[in-house]
Amino acid sequence: MSLTVEARHQLGNFALDAAFTSDGGVTALFGRSGSGKTSLINIIAGLLKPQSGRVVLDGDVIADSERRIFTPVHRRRFGYVFQEARLFPHLSVGHNLAYGRWFAGKSVGSDFTRIVDMLGIGHLLDRNPSALSGGERQRVAIGRALLAAPRLLLMDEPLAALDEARKAEILPYLERLRDDAGIPIVYVSHSVSEVARLARRVVVLENGRVTASGAAAEVLSAPAATLATGRREAGVLLEGEVEGTDPSNELTTVRVGRERLRIAGVSATAGSRLRLHIAARDVMLATSRPVEISALNVLEGRILAIATEEDGSIDVRVNCGDATVAARITRFSRDALRLVPGKTVYAIIKSVAIDH
Amino acid sequence: MDWFAVSDAEWTAIMLSLRVATVAMICSLPFALAVAMLLARGRFWGKTLLNGLVHLPLILPPVVTGFLLLLLFGRRGPLGAFFADYFGLVFSFRWTGAALASAVMAFPLMVRSIRLSIEAVDRKLEDAATTLGASPPWVFVTITLPLIIPGIIAGMIIAFAKAMGEFGATITFVSNIPGETQTISSAIYTFTQVPGGDAGAMRLTIISIIISMAALTFSELLAALAARRVTAP
Repeated sequence: MSLTVEARHQLGNFALDAAFTSDGGVTALFGRSGSGKTSLINIIAGLLKPQSGRVVLDGDVIADSERRIFTPVHRRRFGYVFQEARLFPHLSVGHNLAYGRWFAGKSVGSDFTRIVDMLGIGHLLDRNPSALSGGERQRVAIGRALLAAPRLLLMDEPLAALDEARKAEILPYLERLRDDAGIPIVYVSHSVSEVARLARRVVVLENGRVTASGAAAEVLSAPAATLATGRREAGVLLEGEVEGTDPSNELTTVRVGRERLRIAGVSATAGSRLRLHIAARDVMLATSRPVEISALNVLEGRILAIATEEDGSIDVRVNCGDATVAARITRFSRDALRLVPGKTVYAIIKSVAIDH
Repeated sequence: MDWFAVSDAEWTAIMLSLRVATVAMICSLPFALAVAMLLARGRFWGKTLLNGLVHLPLILPPVVTGFLLLLLFGRRGPLGAFFADYFGLVFSFRWTGAALASAVMAFPLMVRSIRLSIEAVDRKLEDAATTLGASPPWVFVTITLPLIIPGIIAGMIIAFAKAMGEFGATITFVSNIPGETQTISSAIYTFTQVPGGDAGAMRLTIISIIISMAALTFSELLAALAARRVTAP
């Protein structure tokens, strides 16, 4: 599977000039609102016709302005999950789900049951969309898009309109979708934790231009300046393997290279891969190994680099063997501890602060 | 209740009115839907002109509309001759002409009601349907049409009511021929022109009030039913 997207489009004062490729899995279009993410995904869907551009999926030219090819939206077979679920109010949940299926020329068959079960919406089929909660509505919208048997799934901030509890309710379904369905996904988001959890590749958009793209771990661990969402969420993304869970304390041990991290409140089986997003603002530094401290993860390492300061705080990148973490500390602490590149320090990460 | 004995001639007028209004309402519906769609969604040169033309019967004195219809659809009028020659459809001094006059007079009201409901449809739902594989005609049939049903019903009822009450354009275009073009309105008018016609005029007045109220109640009922099905979440 390969997807190539190139688009140039002028919308008033806003100019979009972006290109990216994907080789399957989840590709996240990442950036703050107004960066052109939604315009770009609408161009892929065909809802927006760019002044010039190209969309190629698996060698099949979907659109090419130079060759005057433009496949109409309804013939692209790209599933689209919108930020607001956009369920049809005059149809029941069951009929909403079956809508695209009918146009795809498929009957309501066994994968109907499979997808409905995967999303946990079997008990809602006879309901009216207005009687659903926000999370249920979004799950139905995902099911509706999947049941149209799409070649590519586009998701435009599907969780943005939901509160934290609903997000936590849907994320596992999205992970299952990524792992089981085998459909490439383009996922628009401005949330680091969603992207960290779901994406294989990340494309960072800023003011209509791609400022960074690559593997999720690389892009999300890059220094704060390259991330469009601002410094608050900047940090590192580590990939690890679950070693085991201590059920009495509900603590899971994750091995990252030779380092071990203990995190709280995960349900993962031993041996499975897990991604941890560690925000720089959640990491402390000490020059000697701290004792009698509540934080469970203390990693010894050397300072790799100290980023230039911004409003009184600085980002320090610490290489701890196989893992590099970033810590945000004040200028005052840097001077008090006399931190310089090459110095040995201890990075302290609270177990409960790790996003997974 | 002896005075309320409806004469045969009055019955004829009542039945004719119902037929004229029903035919006017049903035959103008497809045109009203198309014009409403064009005005709500279309972007073309002359849209303002079309909008003006549609609304003309609302602004012009009904007698003027009737006279224009007479010029266009009369036996020797360009359109009247065309319909008579090719479809065998004669309008002048026939009940069909009364239906045409009523339809023309009610047309702007029907278009207006349908147009407003089309403009209220969330285009995002139509986009969603397109991404699910529905071609534009299918989107119209499966999404737009069901969502504008309340507006269509309201438009039809208001057109029916307008057609029931239409007088000026009808009497100018097709005159007041008992049994052919004499509707309730023209019958009442005739009764008021003869001595002792008050009782007949009163009977027809009561009947037209009953019909109007029934139509209104029916439309409210349908609209409530339709609204229950299409309430947005």
